Amino acid sequence: MRLRDLSTGLGALIVGVTIVAALIGPSLVPHDPFAQDLMHRLVPPAWMPNGTEAHLLGTDQLGRDYLARLVYGARISLLIGVCAALTSGLIGTTLGVLGGFFGGRVDDLVMFAITCRLSVPLILVALAVVSLIGSSLTVVVLTLGLLLWDRFAVVARTTTMQVRTLDYVAAAQAAGASRAHVLLHEVLPNIAQHLVVVATLEVALAILLEAALSFLGLGVPAPLPSWGLMIAEGKDYMFFEPWVIMVPGVALFALVLGINLLGDGLRDLFGVARDA
Amino acid sequence: MRSFLLRRAVLAVLVGLTVLVLSFTLTRIAGDPALAVAGPQATAADVAAIRTAYGLDRPMLTQFFDWVGAAARGDLGRSYLYREPVANLIRTRLPITVTLGLVGIGFAVAIALPLGILAALREGTLADRAIMLVALIGQAMPSFWLALLLIIGFGLRLQWFPIQGLDGPEGYVLPGLVLSFSAIPALMRLTRSGMIEALRSDYIRTARAKGLSRASIVLKHAARNAAMPVVAIAAVQLGFMLGGSIVIESVFNLPGVGYLAWESISKNDFPVVQAVVMLLAIIYIGLTLLADMLNAVLDPRLRAA
Repeated sequence: MRLRDLSTGLGALIVGVTIVAALIGPSLVPHDPFAQDLMHRLVPPAWMPNGTEAHLLGTDQLGRDYLARLVYGARISLLIGVCAALTSGLIGTTLGVLGGFFGGRVDDLVMFAITCRLSVPLILVALAVVSLIGSSLTVVVLTLGLLLWDRFAVVARTTTMQVRTLDYVAAAQAAGASRAHVLLHEVLPNIAQHLVVVATLEVALAILLEAALSFLGLGVPAPLPSWGLMIAEGKDYMFFEPWVIMVPGVALFALVLGINLLGDGLRDLFGVARDA
Repeated sequence: MRSFLLRRAVLAVLVGLTVLVLSFTLTRIAGDPALAVAGPQATAADVAAIRTAYGLDRPMLTQFFDWVGAAARGDLGRSYLYREPVANLIRTRLPITVTLGLVGIGFAVAIALPLGILAALREGTLADRAIMLVALIGQAMPSFWLALLLIIGFGLRLQWFPIQGLDGPEGYVLPGLVLSFSAIPALMRLTRSGMIEALRSDYIRTARAKGLSRASIVLKHAARNAAMPVVAIAAVQLGFMLGGSIVIESVFNLPGVGYLAWESISKNDFPVVQAVVMLLAIIYIGLTLLADMLNAVLDPRLRAA
């Protein structure tokens, strides 16, 4: 087995386990992620001294079961990652395909939009928007979706330019197909594999950004167990109980690494070149 | 080449203006700044008084042009929170953020260049794979979590570096290291692919045929050519880094522009938020312009364009 397949397999495994945990995990863990138990605060994980089997990953500063919160947090991370990537994919692909296909003025405008988007400081503006509108899951998804479309647009644009001149597009046009038909049925399916690879990157990026926003207190509102928020809440106790930031941090790191490994595998599978 | 640079400069100004309009609308569209300043206990009369005092009762367009006009003269308005000119607040904090960014990009280049060159020289071997794995790990590492890990490890356990604030130059080491992680994967991949391409080129074959030593071929000929695009991308990455410093500065309590921005956002101090967004955008636009110029100067093919 090649090393490459091994890393893709590892990525698929991590992502698969996280998806399963997000879907059915909350019903398997015998604790409520929101139930506080002030008599059992900061109980360490089961494998550490003073740990108990009752709380496999321990409890947080309010005595809430860490495993239950971690599993519920997987739901939040995946939901936000996928929804934000879908939103940004829709915006970026539309702009990129239009620019790449029509060229000229339209393309100038699309390139201008991409340049403007890249000049906007990402985290700063995301924080400002969430703080102005008020934090909620929907606001975080929409904010990230509206900010992360640049790579979709760049890739959709260049790949559309390559596809535009190919024979089957000319053939469809000669056969009298409408522009909308050509774009949706000839161009889009042929650049889809590139967009899937970008989508994996963007899901990973959105998950990282959500965690950073929540860590700074302007992402998913408490008491929802976002992994970023769990790390922020554990920060005050980390000097004596480092595991409180290790548990959600490792989960976050592993999920993002898994998505990136899977994306690299897909890239190889589709024969898509990496843009630096 | 002159027309290329001119077009690039005009584009940069247009982008700057657009971002200006966006950042202004953003801070006005989503909420009433006067309400935010007055606080929850304020009466309607208080809010109205604040609105008049800050000129928020005038038409939006008038406010915008006043703001732009004043900003052009270096007057960025007054902070609601500090009751001090925004320009002063930024002036005292910007050097810290810029130093942090330069330390970060310095670390990134010092780590990414040698590793990228090594990976290219050992292309396809286990060493190459291991180095590329480092890139993947760097890409997946949440910066604020890495910061906390370094604080626990180097600051608390080993006590090598300060963990909070800025009492001396060593305070930049850990935050700079964390910041560099965001740029290392891209710089490393670019160095590697540039080196691989350079090593296959004709001038390297010529150099080999002349009997030059391997070290001379790699360092003097191939690396120099591969490094050019890396320098240009490093400028752009520095722009991203300054934007990302908001997270790092708040973790390490560094009193830079990022920390100021975070504080202003959480306390609804909009004149400061607006000014910092504009400042970071302008720095980024300037750096990309610089990168494009560097590319144009270094790459003869672009000069004709």
